[in-house]
Amino acid sequence: MSKFLDVTIWRGDATGGDPVCYAVPARDNQTVLDVVTWVQRNLEPRLAYRFACRVGVCGSCAMTVNGKPRWTCRTHVQKVVAGNALNIAPLRNFPVIKDLACDMAPFFDKWVAAEGRFHPTMTRNDPIAPIRPDTPARAVANAGIECINCGVCHAACDTVQQNPAYLGPAALNRAWTLINDERDGAGQVRLVAVSGDGGCHNCHSQQGCATYCPNELNPTASIAGLKRVTARAALKGEL
Amino acid sequence: MLNVRLYLLQRLSAMVMAPLVLGHLAVMIYAVQGGLSAAEILSRTQGSLAWGLFYGLFVTAVSIHAAIGVRVIAHEWLTVSGTALSALTWLVGLGLAGLGGRAVVAVVM
Repeated sequence: MSKFLDVTIWRGDATGGDPVCYAVPARDNQTVLDVVTWVQRNLEPRLAYRFACRVGVCGSCAMTVNGKPRWTCRTHVQKVVAGNALNIAPLRNFPVIKDLACDMAPFFDKWVAAEGRFHPTMTRNDPIAPIRPDTPARAVANAGIECINCGVCHAACDTVQQNPAYLGPAALNRAWTLINDERDGAGQVRLVAVSGDGGCHNCHSQQGCATYCPNELNPTASIAGLKRVTARAALKGEL
Repeated sequence: MLNVRLYLLQRLSAMVMAPLVLGHLAVMIYAVQGGLSAAEILSRTQGSLAWGLFYGLFVTAVSIHAAIGVRVIAHEWLTVSGTALSALTWLVGLGLAGLGGRAVVAVVM
């Protein structure tokens, strides 16, 4: 690898923008977030981007890296660099605020529209509910529970791109984990929420979400589960 | 754009179509063995309640299935939405039902 990386970063705002080239020193160990931070601290103080934890927990640093959505704090340059080039852009399917910082509000609006909120059946004064970890429903919930809401699946989804009303893989994955959570009391409301015009039935099962999820979750499988339970409920006349 | 009702209709119509497609292909292969002519086809189908039901059901399933499929494509690729999308869905469905129904009547009656 050369001593410098040819880094291209998309600069602009909601009205438009252009890629701008920077030469960044190449290190043996550096993440894509390290590269963006180096550019901001040394070349372009006005560069806007978002990060917080730097260890793959908070889900705030996702960007498009060489055409693919990535969590940049856990993406090593050596694994994604194309020759010597690194092309960094904001996430697809999100409105841009400035440079690499996207507006996450529509993403979380969909999360709420899919009834992604937990509806407790007990109060804080009740004893803690004993939850067996080995029941089938809990196993299904656990399979999708580690979502960090980074938006990578949302950016990877072609259906989100072509159908703006579609709730998207993250929101639907969240709904599926709650439907399988025995402590939650809004199952029927949630089935209705994911069965509307932008609901789970719009998914084409292309699995872009599962391919790029940095936590290796499978939102496509969660959505397939939603399709099964909603279809069953509709056939019973419950939807 | 695609709610649970339309999703179910498209899946159920596909389940109906699957064996009918196989039956249709089998009859096509069988029918051409001794040469293919309008007279030979009509001798098999005219006055046949069974073939009328077979192809009547086929046309119904195709009309539902294709109309919903075209609806999805029109929305995702041509950005058709709202009333126009509903109108297109009905137009494709009723159009296919009309054309297919006419063909079924022509070979059975």
